[in-house]
Order: sequence, then C-alpha cells, then structure tokens
Amino acid sequence: MIDSILGKKLGMTQVFDEKGAVIPVTVIQAGPCRVTQVRTKEKDGYEAVQIGFEESSRLKKPQLGHQKDLIRSEENGKYTKQFGLKFLREVRTATVGEHTVGETISADTIFKNGDSVDVTGTSKGKGFAGVMKRHNFHGGPRTHGQSDRQRAPGSIGSGTTPGRVVKGMRMAGHMGQERVTTQNLTVVRVDADKNLILIKGAVPGANGGLVTIRKAVKAGK
Amino acid sequence: MSLVIDELVQPMLRTDVPEFGVGDTVRVGVRVVEGTKERIQVYEGVVMRRRNGGINESFTVRRIASHGIGVERTFLLNSPRIDKIDVVRRGKVRRAQLYYLRGLSGKEARIKEKRHF
Repeated sequence: MIDSILGKKLGMTQVFDEKGAVIPVTVIQAGPCRVTQVRTKEKDGYEAVQIGFEESSRLKKPQLGHQKDLIRSEENGKYTKQFGLKFLREVRTATVGEHTVGETISADTIFKNGDSVDVTGTSKGKGFAGVMKRHNFHGGPRTHGQSDRQRAPGSIGSGTTPGRVVKGMRMAGHMGQERVTTQNLTVVRVDADKNLILIKGAVPGANGGLVTIRKAVKAGK
Repeated sequence: MSLVIDELVQPMLRTDVPEFGVGDTVRVGVRVVEGTKERIQVYEGVVMRRRNGGINESFTVRRIASHGIGVERTFLLNSPRIDKIDVVRRGKVRRAQLYYLRGLSGKEARIKEKRHF
C-alpha cells in the first residue's frame, strides 16, 4: 500500500479532546484519489504509483487521453462533459504489485487517529521580501540618531580582502511560493465518510491549496 | 469559512447555553479534575465581554474575590469543561466590553438591572 494521499487544504478550526482541552487543527479534504498509472522497474526503471485527485471537466485533450480509461462522462444538453482528474502526482513505493490502474485510494485506508504524518504544500507567496521578513534579521537601531536603518541588513562582508561578497550571503529577494514540508504532525481524526483528515497544527500553503500527506519518515517509536 | 468546516464544527457547538450578554451576572459551573475525582466549581460574576463566534466563541467573567481583589476568568463557550451557565441577573449596559469596571470598585461598579415590562 502506498503511504501518501493528495488533498486540498480547507482551513483551520479547533476541536476539543476528551479532557476538554482545545486542539488547533487543519482540515484537509484528503482524497479519494485514483491510481492513474503504475510505474514498474522493467518499463520505467523505477517503481512508483501515479495518483490523481479532484475531478474536473476542464482538462485538455492530452490530459484526458492520459487517463482515458478513468473518464466519467455526463450529458449536458448537446454537450458531453468529460471529467478527469486535475492533479496527478507520483508516489514512490516498493509495493507496486498491489496496485492497479483505476483503484480508489481513500484516506482511512492509509491513516488512522494518532498517526504521525508529513504534509507537503506550496507556501504562500510573499513577493520580494526584505531580510527582516525573509531571514529574521534584527534590522538596525531605531534610536541614537539613526535614519533609514531600521530594516537594513547591515554589513554584507569585509573590505579589500576578500574583495567580494561570499556566496550564500542572505539578502532580500523572493520569498514563499515554494515547496515546504512540515514533518511529524499528528492526525487528530480521519472522517472516512466525508474524506476529511484533521491534522494538529498548521500545514503549508493557502486554503484551497494542493497538499500531499504521507506517513512521517522520521516517526518516533 | 469553508462550508465543510462549518458542517464539521456544528455537532461540537453547545445548544444548552442560555442567551446572555455583556453586563449580565452569570453563574458558571466549571468541571475541575482533582486527581481522579471530578467536581463542579461555581464561578459567579459579571460578563465583561464576548468574543469571536462559532466554535471559538469565548466570554470573560469578572468577579470580586476576597479582600476586594478583582478576578477575571475567560471561558470557551463551547467547551465541554463548562457544566452549565445560569443567568442570575440581566444588566443594562451601553458598552460591548466593560473594561471600565477594572478601574471601579464597590458601589461604583454596580450595573443597572434590565427590566422588562
């Protein structure tokens, strides 16, 4: 069985545990996913399962062609709407033999309450950000006759020797909108009927964003 | 917020909470766990404010404890730790948050009763 599922971050809320304490949770619409392709050692050189998530009628012909056996059609007057899966992702696994194209994977078959999981998403874009926001610099002094130094990075290197700025110097630049994984989050609840997973704490990305949930690679005993 | 989340939270919202507002005097039964025993502690005072909504709704109750020390305690409205809430007295106030009570004591801190005819 593969150890990952695709989902959509819906937002955060809170639940009470049995002692009445509040747990902050992120609600994720996790699956159902379908297997769209199985990659084998013989054919592709590696073993993986390609899973698809979220039906859409607005796919391009090549995308529909790729999953032609899984398409669901719906008559709508004179048009026929064809529904395919919008997001396709590959998941490495050693158990490709267990999977067949078209198989449905739901969250409750992979995760149960109390599991540790890693959640991967695309972080919110922050645009061109200064060093205080991007690298947590402290900025300059606010008093003692300072002007325009409040958010400045300070010195970025020495003088004539070495005569250049060392590689990797942290500076202002584009921040966010990158792949971020948060490790070892706890599954608070799995709702099999509604395909929801409640995960303790925050997960990367905006509400409505695509996230991948997998069993924690560094899970403790 | 997302409709799915609203639906998810709905069963956790309490339906047994009486209607009460800022300025009312309430008696809150709080479940306290001491060792293995659970008992109910009663906390009575004036509602100073109500905040947020939905599952996160909370209210703050101000009480004058012994030696005239003011004590403020904030409760989550939908928390299972709250046994019950009784409204003792309806207060007539013209503020949404009664922070001014903090500076007052004794007779100054009285709140007029709301009467319905």
